[in-house]
Amino acid sequence: MTNYIIRRLLLVPVLLAGVTLIIFGMLQLLGPVERSALYVVDFPKNEKQIDAVIKRYGLDDPFFVQYWRWLVGVQRPDTQGNIVRDGGILYGDFGYSRTASQEVIDIIKNRFPNTLDLALWTIFPMLSVGIWMGVKAAVNQNKFFDQAARIYSIIGTSFPTFVFGLLLLMLLYANNQWFLPGKMSDWVSILIYSGEFKQYTHLLSIDALLNLRLDIFWDALRHMIMPIITLSYISWATFVRVTRSSMLETLRMDYVITARSKGLKEADVINKHARPNAMLPVVTMMGGSIVGLLGGVVITETVFNYPGIGKAAADAAAQLDVVTILGLAIFTGLILIISNLVVDILYAFIDPRVRLS
Amino acid sequence: MTEMTTIPTGDNLLLDEAKSDRKIGWLEEFLGPDNYRIVTGLFKTPASIIGFILIFIFILVAILAPIIAPPVGNDPMKIPRDGFSGEPQAPGSPWKKNVPEIPFWYEPLTGNKEWVHLLGTAQGQYDIFYGIVWGTRTAFRTGVIVVIATVLIGVILGSTAAYYGGWVDNLIMRITDIFMTLPYIMMALIFSSVLTPILGRSLLPPMIAMITFGWMGYARIIRSDILSIKERDFVLAAKASGVRSGRILFKHVLPNAIFPTLVLASLGIGDVVLGFAALSFLGIGTEIGYADWGQVLSFARNWITSLNRYWYIVVYPGLTLTLFVMGWNLVGDAMRDVLDPRMRGKS
Repeated sequence: MTNYIIRRLLLVPVLLAGVTLIIFGMLQLLGPVERSALYVVDFPKNEKQIDAVIKRYGLDDPFFVQYWRWLVGVQRPDTQGNIVRDGGILYGDFGYSRTASQEVIDIIKNRFPNTLDLALWTIFPMLSVGIWMGVKAAVNQNKFFDQAARIYSIIGTSFPTFVFGLLLLMLLYANNQWFLPGKMSDWVSILIYSGEFKQYTHLLSIDALLNLRLDIFWDALRHMIMPIITLSYISWATFVRVTRSSMLETLRMDYVITARSKGLKEADVINKHARPNAMLPVVTMMGGSIVGLLGGVVITETVFNYPGIGKAAADAAAQLDVVTILGLAIFTGLILIISNLVVDILYAFIDPRVRLS
Repeated sequence: MTEMTTIPTGDNLLLDEAKSDRKIGWLEEFLGPDNYRIVTGLFKTPASIIGFILIFIFILVAILAPIIAPPVGNDPMKIPRDGFSGEPQAPGSPWKKNVPEIPFWYEPLTGNKEWVHLLGTAQGQYDIFYGIVWGTRTAFRTGVIVVIATVLIGVILGSTAAYYGGWVDNLIMRITDIFMTLPYIMMALIFSSVLTPILGRSLLPPMIAMITFGWMGYARIIRSDILSIKERDFVLAAKASGVRSGRILFKHVLPNAIFPTLVLASLGIGDVVLGFAALSFLGIGTEIGYADWGQVLSFARNWITSLNRYWYIVVYPGLTLTLFVMGWNLVGDAMRDVLDPRMRGKS
């Protein structure tokens, strides 16, 4: 167990180095001139000035020199002669976004709570319903519920997220405005700007509950329900398939036959003996989906105009704002590495084969 | 020497017995019993047959595109525009400018003498029917190229890792792990927007991005298949008779291990097309007006407040894309059942 955790922790720096190298390598595909254009606001027309910019930022240095500088930044004297650090993603300086006119780190600070908020409310329906359907399908193998679940699973995996999202918008928003795209209604944002509404966590739905404002909570939910349905709908399709096949396999095990033959109630056989053992592959997948939610759900957020990390990345990419997307990519990479680590360690606690080894 | 021929020689003996039992067609002779079982298994369930029919229809549409929707102008891949007005037009509204020639099937089928917008127009008067028909070609083109390239990379890396083992294996599989950590759509999005200034707006940037971040699954599958083939007796025999390791890998191991991967990969076309459509829905890739399903769907993004009036911008291309992906998924599902070792001997 300890060995496993240590080995897993040792993998983290390798992953970090790999992910940053890949992302930095993509940036290096652009020539020095194009890259100099990324950093300078008024891009000079004549070649001498361009050369000066390239020299100043060392854009034609060897790959690993630039990579190191990109990681830790440079020490430079400022106008008063103090030595200050310039750049360096390890210190949280992800660069300046020109399309959003703010520091990339500020975009992350504004947007990430929204992504978290959405993930928080998606996790429960996503996991519970999917697993329930899978177990029920396996128990009723080849009966009506099972066939329906399998058909649903095929349709669900084939239905593109954005088509499903657009159809939801058509039915639930354009027709009757039951649920809304975006993050909050105007009156809520006015309330937040006026300062009457205290932001404890910056997760809108949680803040609304802490402020005891049920009307704001309802407004937040109204904006999140369509993305929640979309995200759950797709994951259910895969959850059903994995839970079903794992459960079917478990139901054929000897100990299930033993449990049945000693006269246990069918409900006990399924709920106490079979289901817990069938959950292991499902738990792996659960981890994957939760990590996926945290990493920003680009397409769903874009379709519903939900201002999370994914939407920020999509907007920047559509405007070819390379600095911003790379910053966001590094951030999501970090989030994914950390949350994968947490999931793997939790998994080790759940799975006796890893725990006891 | 006469004794040698009577010694049982593994698989061949079984094959001889099977031959005496039933007739063996040329296909089974050609593919071998295992692969033959895979191929026949694919045609047994109604679901996979529906899948094949869907795929076949799309192939027909792609081939017959010039007859179904006669090209207007020089570049058939550009969706013809009926003017430039922003407001989408409903299906069946008359076509005024840039009218295409009328193909032979048109009058008997629709009863119209003049060409109309069969499925309506999107904003900027792009004809949706043309986008869907010619978009089928884009779908197959991107799907096939991306799948071939990812499989090539996956097979080369996976087989090298499996065959040489040791530190080579470790290095390649750790690189695979790192690529797997990265979120697919996000990375594809980023890489194609870095490539766009270099290559210009075309199909290339999203395709290269999807290839770069899409090969890991194949590398893992082929690696585990080879690891099991490597232990078989015929590889040992080849080694014992002094065949070079590269030759063993390419002549003996790979041909025996690669078939399941190839079939799985060919069914991955659906997923690739889905990813590609998602990218162009986000505004990455081809220039506006290129016949491509994701592009047509992205027109709907500006009309979400009135989608109940302009439903045809979403419903028709969305249905097309869903049916396309579903065709491949239905066959892929049957495929997974056939390849599952627990199912072996049951069909």
